This record gives sequence, C-alpha cells and structure tokens, in this order.
Amino acid sequence: MSAPVAVAPEPLIRVRELSKTFGANRALDRVSLDIFPGEVVALLGANGAGKSTLVKILAGSQAADTGELWLDGQPRRFSSPLSARRLGIVAVHQQVNDGIAPGLSVAENLLLDELCQPGADFWLNRRRLLERAASIAAGLGLELPLEHPIEHLGQAERQLVVLARALALQPRLLILDEPTAALSDVEAQRLFGLIDTLRGRGVAILYISHRLSDLQRLADRALVLRDGQLAGEFGAGHLSAAVEAMLGQALDTHVYQPRAAGREVLALRAAQVWPHSQAFDLHLHEGEVVVLCGLLGAGKTEIAELLFGLREAAAGTVQLDAVDWQPGSPRRAIASGVYYAAEDRASQSLIADFSLRRTLTLPFLERFTRAGFIRNRAEAAAVQAQVAALGVKTAGIDLPMSALSGGNQQKVVLGRWLLGQGRVLILDEPFQGVDVRARREIGQLLRDSADGRATLVICADVDEALEIADRILLVRDHAVVAQYPRADLARATLVAALAGAGAPSTVAPIAAPSRSRASA
Amino acid sequence: MPDSRSRVLSAPPVTERLLQAAIRYGLLWLLALILLFFSVAEPAFLRVGNLFSILQSVSIVALLALGVTLTMAVGGLDLSIGAVAAMSLMIASYVMVVLGWGALPAVLISLAGGALVGLLNGWLIVKLRVPDILATLGSMFLVIGVQLIPTGGRSIAVGMTLPNGDEAEGSFSALFLALGRGRLWDTVPVPVLITALVALVVWLFLERTRIGRLFYAIGGNEQAARLAGAPVQRFKLLAYVLSALLASLGGLLLAARLGRGDVSSGNGLVLDALGAALIGFAVLGARKPNAFGTLVGALLVATLLNGLTMLNAPYYAQDFVKGLVLVLALMFTFGLAHRAR
Repeated sequence: MSAPVAVAPEPLIRVRELSKTFGANRALDRVSLDIFPGEVVALLGANGAGKSTLVKILAGSQAADTGELWLDGQPRRFSSPLSARRLGIVAVHQQVNDGIAPGLSVAENLLLDELCQPGADFWLNRRRLLERAASIAAGLGLELPLEHPIEHLGQAERQLVVLARALALQPRLLILDEPTAALSDVEAQRLFGLIDTLRGRGVAILYISHRLSDLQRLADRALVLRDGQLAGEFGAGHLSAAVEAMLGQALDTHVYQPRAAGREVLALRAAQVWPHSQAFDLHLHEGEVVVLCGLLGAGKTEIAELLFGLREAAAGTVQLDAVDWQPGSPRRAIASGVYYAAEDRASQSLIADFSLRRTLTLPFLERFTRAGFIRNRAEAAAVQAQVAALGVKTAGIDLPMSALSGGNQQKVVLGRWLLGQGRVLILDEPFQGVDVRARREIGQLLRDSADGRATLVICADVDEALEIADRILLVRDHAVVAQYPRADLARATLVAALAGAGAPSTVAPIAAPSRSRASA
Repeated sequence: MPDSRSRVLSAPPVTERLLQAAIRYGLLWLLALILLFFSVAEPAFLRVGNLFSILQSVSIVALLALGVTLTMAVGGLDLSIGAVAAMSLMIASYVMVVLGWGALPAVLISLAGGALVGLLNGWLIVKLRVPDILATLGSMFLVIGVQLIPTGGRSIAVGMTLPNGDEAEGSFSALFLALGRGRLWDTVPVPVLITALVALVVWLFLERTRIGRLFYAIGGNEQAARLAGAPVQRFKLLAYVLSALLASLGGLLLAARLGRGDVSSGNGLVLDALGAALIGFAVLGARKPNAFGTLVGALLVATLLNGLTMLNAPYYAQDFVKGLVLVLALMFTFGLAHRAR
C-alpha cells in the first residue's frame, strides 16, 4: 500500500469471531478480519461461502449471532443499515433492483438517501433536486437521463445509479458486491478509476467479485471465505492461489474443443433495430456458439428481442431454416424452436413460490399433459433426469427455487430450454452472479449440447466471451458491426475493437442511451 | 433471530415444529375446535338439518369466492363479483316475471350477462392496462347502476306494477325455484350440490391442469410467464370471465332461493367472498389463493355465524367475528411464516 494514509496502524474496522447461523446452516463461522483505510480488500468465495452474510452484517442489515465488531477502536453493534451508514459504512448489494425505487425518477433515485433523512425538507424542490442530482452525476462522469423514470433504464444503467448513490454518501468503508456484473469492459474501467480515486482519499473498499481480472486490477490483498470460514489471506501477487483456496482445488485450464459450424439455421438480413440505426446481417449455424459482445447500451439485448418476438424490427427479414419467418410473440417464437433465457434471472425467469420442478417444466408443460391434465409422474421423471444432466445440486425437485444457490438457479433457468428441441438458443448474460466453477459447468453444458441447434450468447465480459465462443460478433449502436472467428483472436484485439474505432474515445463518459430506452 | 444458535445441530426443537404445524394446520384446528365447542354448547348444532343449513348458507358466498380465487391466481382481483351476482339475480327475475319467459332463457341470459361483464373487466385490465382493482371497482358501480334502470330501481316480485302501469304477468317457474330450494333425497340442498361440484372442478383446474399451473405462473411473475411462452393476456381474460360466470351462477341460486328480484341482495356478497378467499391463503400453509382453502375459509365463517346465532349472540357481532377470523388467518399465513424463516 503506497498511499500515505494507509500508514495508520489502527484498522478502520476490526471484526472478531463473527458467527451467524440460519436454521441448520452455519453461514459464518468465527470470522475475524481487519480492514485499513485506503486499501481495496477483495473478498472471494464460491456461491454460498458466506460472503453475502458477512456483507449484510457489516452493513447492518443483519445482526451476527456472536462476535464483535470494532470501528475506529470502538465496539459497535449496528441495528440497521441506517446506523451503519451514519458511521460511514455503505454497501452496494448484488441485487441491483434492491437499490432502486421504481416509480421515482433517476434523479430522485440518486438522492434517495438524502430524501429519506429525517431532517430533509418537507417540500420537494424539483429544480434543486435536479441540480443536486446533476452535480452528483457530473462528479462521477455519468450521463444519465435524470428526469426519466428509473424503469426506463436497463440493468447496467441502474447499476451505475446505485453505485453513484452509494458514492454520494461519502463512505469511509464502501462494500461493493459484484459491481461489474452488469457492466462491460469500458464501464468497468471507469468504475475502477473511481475506486482508485476513493482509495487515494483514504476510503477502505471491500470488493466482492468472481472476475479475476477485476481483482488483479484493484485488490491490495484478498480474503477467501470457504464454507463460512476464513480460508486464507493472499497478497496482490497471489490471486490465483486465492482462487484455488476459494474452490478448494485448482481449476483445470479451460480450452474448449472448437466446434464446426453446420447448416445455417437463422439468417437476419438488412435488419434495423431502429429506423435510424445501421442495417446489419446475422447468420447462425448449427453446432456453433456465437457470442454477441458489446458495450453497455450497445443494443445486444435488443437484437435478441427481435429474434424472440419481444420487439418489432424497423426493417429487415428473418429466415428460420431457410423459410421466411416472423416471431411475433415469445409464444410463437418458442413454438418455432427459438428459445431465450433473459438477462435478469429474478425478474424475468423466476416465479415466486414456484418449485424447481415447476420452474423447469414451465415452457414445455404441454409435453407432460394429457387432456389438459398434468401427468405428475412423467413430469417428475423428466425433471429428475434433467436435474442430473444439468448437475444441479438440490435436496429435492419440489423445493422452492429460493433454496438453491445462485449458480444452481441459473442452471435450472438455462437448462430448462434444453428440454425442448430448439433450433436457436439465445442466452442473455448467462454467467451473471455465478461463481467460476458453475460458469465452467454451464459453459461445458452449453457446448456439449450445441449439436443440432444454433447458440447465441450475449456477453459483455471479454474473458467470458473468449472462453465460450466459436465466433464473436461485435455490437455497436444497435447493429452488428464486425465479426471475429475465435481461433486467432487475441484478447487485446477484442478489447481494442470494443473500446475503439467508431466510438468517440475510450475516455468518453459513460453514456446511458436514454433515447432508445425511453422510446422502448 | 438470536435464538437460532440453539437450532444448529439436532432436529428442529419442539417450538419450531409447533410453529410449522400451526402455520399448516392452524385454521383446520380452529374449524375443528369451533365445531367441537358448538356441539357441546348446543346439541342441536350437530343435527343433520342444521349442518346442511350451514352449507346452504355458505354455498353462494363460496361460489363467488371460488371465482375471485381464480382471478387472484393470475395476480388480479375482481371486486365486481357481488354486483354481477346481483345483476344476474335481477336479469333472471326480469326475464321470468316481466317478460314471462321460462327458466332456461332466464339462466342463459343471466350467465351471458355475467360473461359480458367478465369480458369488459378483462378487456379493461388486459388491453387498456387499467389496474385490476380500479377496473373492477369501476365495473362494480356500473353494474350496480345498470341493473336498477329497467325496473326504475324497484325490486321485482310476481304481480308487481311495472313503470308503465301494467301488472307483471310472468312468474318464477317451479323448475327455476328448485335450483335454490330443492333438496336431493330430501336432505342435500341443490345449491350445496352445485357449489361442491364447482369447487371440485376449480380445485382440479388449478392444481392438476396445465392452464391452472400457468395461471399461478402468471400470478407469480407475469413477465417470466410471458417469456416462458404463456399466453398471458388470454389467460387473464379467461380468469375474469370465469370469475364473472361463477358470480352469475351465485346470483341465480340466490334468485331461486328468494323467489324475487331483490335489488339490495347480492351487493354485500363481495366482502364475504373476498374474506373467504383470503382466509384460504392460510389453509395448509398455502400462502396463495387455492380452491380448498377458499372452501374452508367460507365454511369457517359460516359455521361460526351459525353457531353464534344458535347461542343467541347478537346479530351485530357478526361482522366483528368475521373480521376476527380474517385477521387471525392472515396472522397465521404471513406473520408466523415470516418468523419461521
């Protein structure tokens, strides 16, 4: 640690013997750690290792069963997130939608904490509100449509709003849980710049991520949690050892067998997402895994929505198996064998109180139906088989989805499409919030099952894209502008292309494309 | 939960299991206790005749409650059911008494009228995206108003004077009255039979059929259901039409029992029906609208009211008792379940 403030011998926060149990599950087991001002500490752990619980206790949204917490040498007990925040501890949780208030504007969301203060003005001053929000956004180099409802923003822009909100509180300890999950490379770089600035000012940062490249860029040291216990502490140069400690074993290298492209399945010709956006072609072939890669707001999801009948193209033709085809609606797309697993698992795939079995069979329920009645035994048998094939770890198929870890939930909502005889499978950010091991398993599954259908994966992360793809398509301004075969593509080339020519420059502010979202 | 430390190793302790059992079976225990209490306090309570009179009193509310259960399953709510029942009662009376037509046209026209209101509700909610409570509240007032117009706001009775001065010449047919007053084997009232049949069908529909499961999927997360290929709009429309049809059926049974087209009856049914469906959330820890729970909810309230009446409890205590049961049920469903987490 080079920053002079870090010389302070006193830790900002000191945690001793923290434990927490849920039912029969010991989420945290006597965890002790110190965090000093002006350092970035990475927190690693597989899904279910106890990271979220630790974060919630530090941020005051849960109480520990036993253990002590010291701030500035004073023993503390936080009764609520507000009491933690008063002392300068601010957490940005992984679930972006927990951090926004629908129905309010972007500006109001940015200032939500201020508006919630008991001493805040009784009357809302709209003009002053907008000025304050604009100054916060400008201070962070964000361009946001401040007066629009927050619902008009996509996941990634919402993530930026939530981050900006946290930074506006001027925290002393900032906890970031997977902050780059919805961001693409350039936006992530921008965030890293912000983090460097904060570190320079003496802010301590606890950074949770599954992305090794984030950690290599940022972390001064790494703490590893495994099964609720602290499994080790590693210096900045030993992050791969930290990953091994996190998983309990070394990861094999992951070079997939390249797959040959077969017959053309889907062809999009002279397609335009918007009347004024550039026209492009898109061809998908049997057996091949194609990745749509592009910056935040480039329009990757919009292209997928064209193919799934969620959005009407401004122009262009679609052919499915060499026959002219119009998806029209998700229902019709599914009937034609075009499947889509949406980006946001919680709001677009999971159904409250639905069990694993019900979630898995939902799109293809007709196959387990006779005269309108569900054949329970046939359904259960198919679900058991699919759970085994997907490698989903669960105590039973009738458990609610909430009893599964994030990685296993993701396997279910992706794997359910493998029940059908799909022609095209589209996965939107399938690796979000999934640990490295589950990511490998999902990737392998995807490639193993790719015969006989075309696979399109939307992926903002360069490393994930390179890992999974046979061919990478670059998306910019709602159009496919370039394509690269995986075989001889270097990471640097792709990064340069993503950030590079055509865009104003790499240091451009993060522009939220309010135009397209607002009119959607 | 500071006490959770003690739960780590062994099986859940007694208190935990008791809590779980209370959530699952609490309402059924309550029903059993109430039955036991009344049969001890008033031996006449257990007579077959009285038990069937409880069922008879509950049958119409239960029909409406089953309908609203369907709309709740798709994540909506139908406040117009009471008004639809009242309208159906007035239509049937008008068709028979004023127009002098038979029982079959009366039933068919009433059901068609109900279906029309269901379509209107569905169209407002699905196509115009009016929030469900507002849409059905609006159509509730509309329907309450519209049924008063043909008779100038007066009830319809055999031999009544029409607004133009003539005397109504038709009458309720015996066949129609049998719907409300008839008894199978001289014991089981026909309305009870009809409601039992409808309850079985609704239960099978929601629990065992594909469409029923899609109803729950739509209610749980409409967007996720749409992305999984469910025809969301069509099924929501269907739910409102079914709800209105069941309400119409309830109105017909009421007309057949009363033997007159009473303008004021029917409107009050909506709150009882909603209450029954909500109490149903607590039965067997379902925490969602379900046909069996709705039936138990309706029975619970009716049993309580019947027993209290036999014990000469004042009539004005009835609403208080209903409210008490509803609040207790909601505590079982949501309050305790939250603590058991």
